[in-house]
Amino acid sequence: MTDTVDSTNELREVERIIIRFAGDSGDGMQLTGDRFTSASALFGNDLATLPEFPAEIRAPAGTLAGVSAFQVHISDHDITTPGDAPNVLVAMNPAALKSDLGKLEPGGTIIVNSDAFEERNLAKAGYESNPLEDDSLAGYTLISAPMTSLTKDACAELGVKPRDADRSKNFFALGLVSWLYARPEEPTMIWIREKFRGKDLVIAANEAAYRAGNAFGETAELAASRLTVRPARLAPGTYTNINGNTALSWGLIAAGQQAGLPLFLGSYPITPASDILHELSKHKNFGVRTFQAEDEIAAVGSALGASYGGHIGITTTSGPGIALKGETLGLAVSLELPLVVVNIQRGGPSTGLPTKTEAADLMMAMYGRHGEAPMPIVAASSPADCFDAAIEAVRIAVQYRTPVMLLSDGYLANGTEPWRLPDVESFPTIDVEFPSKVNGLDEEGREVFWPYVRNEDMARPWAIPGTEGLMHRIGGIEKRDGTGNISYDPANHEFMVRLRDERIRKIAEKLPPLEIVGDEDAEILVVGWGSTWGAITSAVGRLRKAGTKVAHVQLRHLHPFAPNLGEILGRYRHVVVPEMNLGQLTKLLRAEYLVDAKVISKVSGQPFTAAELVTAIEEVTQ
Amino acid sequence: MSTAPATTKKDWTSDQEVRWCPGCGDYSILTAMQLLMPELDVRREDTVFISGIGCAARFPYYMNTYGMHSIHGRAPAIATGLAMARPDLNVWVVGGDGDMLSIGGNHLLHALRRNINLTILLFNNQIYGLTKGQYSPTSEVGKVTKSTPMGSIDQPYNPISLALGAEATFVARTHDMDRAHMQEMFRRAHAHQGSAIVEVFQNCNVFNDGAFNTITKKDARDAMLINLTHGEPVRFGVDNERGVVLDNGVARIVDVAEVGADRLHVHDETAPDPSVAFALSRLAEDRESPTPVGVFRAVERTEYGRSVAAQLAAANQERGPGDMHGLLRSLPTWEVS
Ligand code: SF4
Repeated sequence: MTDTVDSTNELREVERIIIRFAGDSGDGMQLTGDRFTSASALFGNDLATLPEFPAEIRAPAGTLAGVSAFQVHISDHDITTPGDAPNVLVAMNPAALKSDLGKLEPGGTIIVNSDAFEERNLAKAGYESNPLEDDSLAGYTLISAPMTSLTKDACAELGVKPRDADRSKNFFALGLVSWLYARPEEPTMIWIREKFRGKDLVIAANEAAYRAGNAFGETAELAASRLTVRPARLAPGTYTNINGNTALSWGLIAAGQQAGLPLFLGSYPITPASDILHELSKHKNFGVRTFQAEDEIAAVGSALGASYGGHIGITTTSGPGIALKGETLGLAVSLELPLVVVNIQRGGPSTGLPTKTEAADLMMAMYGRHGEAPMPIVAASSPADCFDAAIEAVRIAVQYRTPVMLLSDGYLANGTEPWRLPDVESFPTIDVEFPSKVNGLDEEGREVFWPYVRNEDMARPWAIPGTEGLMHRIGGIEKRDGTGNISYDPANHEFMVRLRDERIRKIAEKLPPLEIVGDEDAEILVVGWGSTWGAITSAVGRLRKAGTKVAHVQLRHLHPFAPNLGEILGRYRHVVVPEMNLGQLTKLLRAEYLVDAKVISKVSGQPFTAAELVTAIEEVTQ
Repeated sequence: MSTAPATTKKDWTSDQEVRWCPGCGDYSILTAMQLLMPELDVRREDTVFISGIGCAARFPYYMNTYGMHSIHGRAPAIATGLAMARPDLNVWVVGGDGDMLSIGGNHLLHALRRNINLTILLFNNQIYGLTKGQYSPTSEVGKVTKSTPMGSIDQPYNPISLALGAEATFVARTHDMDRAHMQEMFRRAHAHQGSAIVEVFQNCNVFNDGAFNTITKKDARDAMLINLTHGEPVRFGVDNERGVVLDNGVARIVDVAEVGADRLHVHDETAPDPSVAFALSRLAEDRESPTPVGVFRAVERTEYGRSVAAQLAAANQERGPGDMHGLLRSLPTWEVS
């Protein structure tokens, strides 16, 4: 952090602060983090967030398993990650301190609710002595506030019952942190009034708690710890703070508008994808039909049925759901119908880590169907980028009449960043053509419709039921090209397998060339896909600042690869691939281009930090 | 009011060679359907047959309509998506007992309870045909097949009971030996708003030949088939001498002479409570006992697609047609200049 002193209000200014709010699941830390983020966004900072919650909805109170955390990185310049080590840790109970202290930077600031550090909670967290009273936190700046009792005091005169007042203590924490880091109060107050409209006592309690937190900062002589982060110089425009699942949902809606077709979402609830189902189900006035199916298989089946009927069929899920959908995806490959399959990846195998991130489903996206069943794969690289990635997935599905796998992950799904809203006029066009005329002649010379006649993109006609004269039958059995008639002929099967492979590869011909960020004359190329984009961008920036020449390319298309990828890979001595798996893209690159690509793996359920990548890239390329 | 152009059986017959085993009951069902379609006042292009996998599932290939031969068990799910997206279509689902009661059992149950506008034909031959003769979820206990050399130990499903338990609004049974009855059931099922299921006893002459002979053969029918007719006492027999009474909710076969015609149960397919229909469905424990055919239940409940459309219309009414510019600004925004 580079410090400067602002002479007018004596606030120390820093370029950026990373704050981690941690508490029990019931302590409202997600909400607190979210409010702090919103206030910072409105203040004009650039930011990135990382919410982390336990898989259990109500883990036992006070335990390590029940800790829920929200990390936010605010900055006065463009940033791409939720930060490395937090500068500030807000710990609402001993378990939160115990589980997250290791993440805090050396010498960082700890803000605790001292009321929660009583015997029972200490024991539950596994503390033998109270860390607030022994010397164990000596290396840190400790701000100890009796948040529970001060909140109760502040609420007492309002007539709020102590038990209800207890629920407002997260607003005390928010008030205190907002005072320490000079966040404007107004947005939070407006939010409280809107959110709890009609519950006057709750509004009053939360406001009182917030102000008590503010006042605690003023009176406890914490001025020396006060910092602020100036607004970032972002490009002019209208901004909103968006998470990946919302951006992805909106991208799908936008794509439907661009194609002029209704959306049909068939989905089954699964973490961390359910929010897309929730979001899309709110937008029926866009002609969006959402269907909560009886299982993952019915979810994809219904979407495919809707696609057959001329809608944009979509199914959303996470890894375990993709495993169940595999057979239907094979059918979609065989039927050559548009379908968008969204995989919000999470830690696996099996139930794995439902609420934690991982990106280990790339091989499943590539090969997770029986037979040779290729489908295009599109990956999103940041929360806001989920919007563009969704449009691209729909575009490919519709133009090439194929199922498309859209990969996001738990980190993108829930993480947020400010997004400069695009102009609706700038969205790519998606042309749809439903045929209305016959296209073949049968043996007797009569005009007939053949479902597997291809256009220049090798896409077959999307002839939808209801179209006069184009009645035809399609199915999963091998068929002849052109007529679509069932054929078990060996040579025909070989022809069709190769054709299905070729038509997907051919999509690459019309993809834009990849753009390299960084030093063209570098010896090191970092190749990324998915949510590693933020950490790679930040790490590459740091390496270059320190004098190392590095180039970075992030892949939007994982199948087929962009046409110039092979040529790019050949230019660099070192090709390094950070991945949240054990090297799946690395294997694909090695297999496809015979380059000595080296993986940097992380599979802890957490995204890469830039600092980790800087070290790893240096090590790998030594 | 007739809107569809006049057609004949030939118009509804595709150019594909039919590939069932000679003598298979599927042929007579196909013919019944192709002969019926010209009478239904529907257009070929508005008609879709969706099937799963199995012998029965070849059906769509032979109808000159839109059709999809999908994957094992999933036809009701795929058809649900199509019917939701396109309420203007007539969507038929065709499958066998393995397809729709075993691997796809879950989808069938949910399609029925949702009351989505599908006409579902369940060809029940009590065997797996396409995989060459394993026992199915409707095979009787003790059945010896390739996979049950010592006899099946599985309790079979009664598809009619199952459908009624799943809250189906239209449930009927017919058999492949009686074209007129099949057509009547198909016609009624097609006219029904919502999910309609028709169980068709179908002879697999290769792996389970004669499974229904005891009840469906011409000379057995009078004694063994109980025709359910709405508003009529339930009576059957060569001389109409037998009938059905309800004893404490249980259906029982009686001699009319013994109990008197007044005591016979009068069939009401529109009864809101499905328990009487369920009691009737329990009558045929095996192929040695008289078996009811006809419409067990035909009640009205809002069709799923209508509810979907109503919500879309309501959302439009409340918020106006979707506005992308506004959607992007629906969360808090701020300006940077
Ligand atoms: S195996 Fe049985 S059900 Fe299948 S086509 Fe042959 S006779 Fe018909």
